[in-house]
Amino acid sequence: MVEKVEAPVIVKVEGLSKTFGNLKAVDGISFEVKTGEIFGFLGPNGAGKTTTINMLTTLLRPSGGSAEICGLDILKHPNEVRRSVGVVPQEYTADEDLTGIQNIILCGDLYGIPRSESKPHAIELLRLVGLEEAANRKVSTYSGGMRRRLELASGLINYPKLLFLDEPTLGLDVQTRTAVWDYIRMLKEEYHMTLFLTTHYLEEADSLCDRIAIIDHGHIVKIGTPAELKASIGGDVIVVGVVEKEPDISAKIAELKLVKDVKKSDNQYRVKAENGEEASIQLIDMIRSSGLHVTKISLTKPTLDEVYLEYTGRNLRDEETDRMSMMSQRITMMRARR
Amino acid sequence: MAEEKVVNAVITTQEERQQIEESKERERKFRTAPRLNKSPLHGLWALTNRDLIKWYKNPVQLLISLIQPVIWLGIFGKALNFGSFISSQPGITSAQITQDYLRIFGTTSYFSFLSTGMLAFIILFTSAFAGMSVVWDKRFGFMNKALSTPVGRSSIVTGKVLQSVIRSLIQAAIVLVIAVALGMDTSHLGVLSIAGSFTILFLMSFGLSSLFVMLALRSSDWQTQMAIINLLNLPLIFASNAMLPVRIMPGWLQTVVKLNPVSYANDATRQLLLGSTVKLAPLWMDFGILVAFAVLLSSLGIVLSWRLLTK
Repeated sequence: MVEKVEAPVIVKVEGLSKTFGNLKAVDGISFEVKTGEIFGFLGPNGAGKTTTINMLTTLLRPSGGSAEICGLDILKHPNEVRRSVGVVPQEYTADEDLTGIQNIILCGDLYGIPRSESKPHAIELLRLVGLEEAANRKVSTYSGGMRRRLELASGLINYPKLLFLDEPTLGLDVQTRTAVWDYIRMLKEEYHMTLFLTTHYLEEADSLCDRIAIIDHGHIVKIGTPAELKASIGGDVIVVGVVEKEPDISAKIAELKLVKDVKKSDNQYRVKAENGEEASIQLIDMIRSSGLHVTKISLTKPTLDEVYLEYTGRNLRDEETDRMSMMSQRITMMRARR
Repeated sequence: MAEEKVVNAVITTQEERQQIEESKERERKFRTAPRLNKSPLHGLWALTNRDLIKWYKNPVQLLISLIQPVIWLGIFGKALNFGSFISSQPGITSAQITQDYLRIFGTTSYFSFLSTGMLAFIILFTSAFAGMSVVWDKRFGFMNKALSTPVGRSSIVTGKVLQSVIRSLIQAAIVLVIAVALGMDTSHLGVLSIAGSFTILFLMSFGLSSLFVMLALRSSDWQTQMAIINLLNLPLIFASNAMLPVRIMPGWLQTVVKLNPVSYANDATRQLLLGSTVKLAPLWMDFGILVAFAVLLSSLGIVLSWRLLTK
C-alpha cells in the first residue's frame, strides 16, 4: 500500500484581501503555512487577523486573491475545506443550555459524523482536555477556562488536519492559558496537526509558534521564526566587564564570526552578536587567551516585544469597530471571567 | 538483582511499546477521515433537535406561551362574549338566536368560533419567534460555528423553521384540548377533521416561520427583531377572521382579510373542526393558498440563506 504523501505546504494564500465598505481590512496578503508547524498571526486589535481566519474557514467571502487549504481552493470547494479543518473561534460558541458532551456530538452531527463514531470520540476528546467530569453538566455552569477547553475539544471532533485558533487564550487566567498552550503543543507533537493561531499576546507567539507573521493594517509586515524576527532587529547584546587598565581589543573582538558590532566604554565591551550563548563563550575564550581578565558577563536577548513595536509602531489603536463585534467580544470576556 | 533489572527493563519496553502503539493509533485516526453520513437530513435533524431539547428542557417557557391564548379564550370567549350582542336583544327566541349564530359565526357559539381563531393565534405567535433564535445564535457565536462546518446552509435555515413548526403544532394541540375542555363545540371533531386542520396549521406555521427566519438572517440585533415581530403579529391576527367574522367588517378591511394567509387557515380549520358554513373560500382553495404560501416562503428562505449567510 502506498502511503499518502502529504504536501509540505498546507495553507497557501496569494494576494488575499477583504474590503468592508471603504475599509481595507485585509489588503493583499500572501503567505504559506507548512504542514505540521504552529503558525502564528500576531498583530494589534483590528489588524485583520480574524478577518483572515474567517476567510480561510469560508465564513467570509474574500474580495480578492485566492487561498488553498490542503490543496483545495476555498472558493471552489468550500465544503471540502470545511471538512478538513477545525475551527476554534474567538467567541464561546457552545450552546449554554446543552451539556458539554451534547455540544461536541452536535458538532459531529454537523460534520455528518454518525453518532456511533462521534460519541466515543467526544468522550475521548473531553478526557483529552480534562473535562470528563463535567461532560454531563450544562455549559452554563462552566467556568471561562472550561468553556475554552470545550471549544478546543469541539474543534477536534472532525479529526482535522489543520486547526484554526482565533485568540485561543483571550481573557484566560495564567493557569488556563498554560494548559491551553500545553494542549496546542500536544496536538502538534502527538497528532502531527498543523495549527494556525492568532494572538496579540507576544509571549504566546514566542513560546508556541514555529513561525510568526506580524500583521498590521491588513498587511503582513514581517514573517519568520521567532529567532529570525528577533535577529532582524539586531541580535543579542553581550556586555563583558574587563579590567580598565588592560589594552583595548575591540578590533580583535569584531573579527569573531558571530559578532556584529563592538563598543568599548571604560571597563566594558558592549557586543552585538547573533546567537549570544555561543558568542559569549567565544568572547570569554578569546579575551582569556589574549592574557586578559573577564570580570563579569551578561547576555540580553531581544524580546518579541521590541520586534513587535518596531514593526507595528508605538501608537495606541483607537480603531473603529462595529457594535456587533464589540458586543460579542464583551460577551466572550464576560463569560471568560466567570 | 540482575535478573530483576532485566525483567523490569523488558516490562518497561513493553509498556513503552504499548504507548507507542496507542499514540500511533490516535494518529492514524486523525489521518484517516471518519466514515461520514452525507445525508442532508442528518445535519438538519441535529439542528432541529438542538432547539427542541432546549425547549422541552425549559417547561416554564411552554407554560407561559400557553397562558396568553387561554386568557384570550377566557376574556373574549367567555367574559366579553361577542355573541352576547345577538342574544341580549329582547324578544328573540332561542331558535332565532341559533340561526343568527350560524349565519354570522358559522357555528353555535362564539366561544367555538374564537377557539379555532386561537389555534391560528398560537401558531402565529410561536412561529414569529423562530427568527429570534436565529438572532441569538448569531449573538452567541453558535451560528458561526455551524457555518464553519460543512452542514448545508439551507439546513441551518430549515432546521430553525422546522423546530418552530413542531413547537407551534404541539402548542396548538394543547390549546385545542383546553378549548374542548372549556366548552368548544365537538360535534364535528373526528380523526379526519383534526388531521386536516393540523395539515393546514402545519402549512401556515411553515410559511410564517420561514418568513420570520428570513427577516432575521441579516439582523443581529434583537431589539429590531422584536419590533418586526410586533409590527407583523398584531395586524396579521387582527386583520384576519381569527377574532371576528368577516361579514361585520368594513369593506376595505374585508379586502385586507382576504389578502391575509392567516384568514385562509382559520377558514379551513372552521370548516373542518366546526363544520362552518360561513366560508371565505372553498376548502380546496384554502389548502391551495396555504400550500403556495408555505412553498413560496420556504424556498425564498433557502435561496436567501445561500446568499446571506456567507458575507
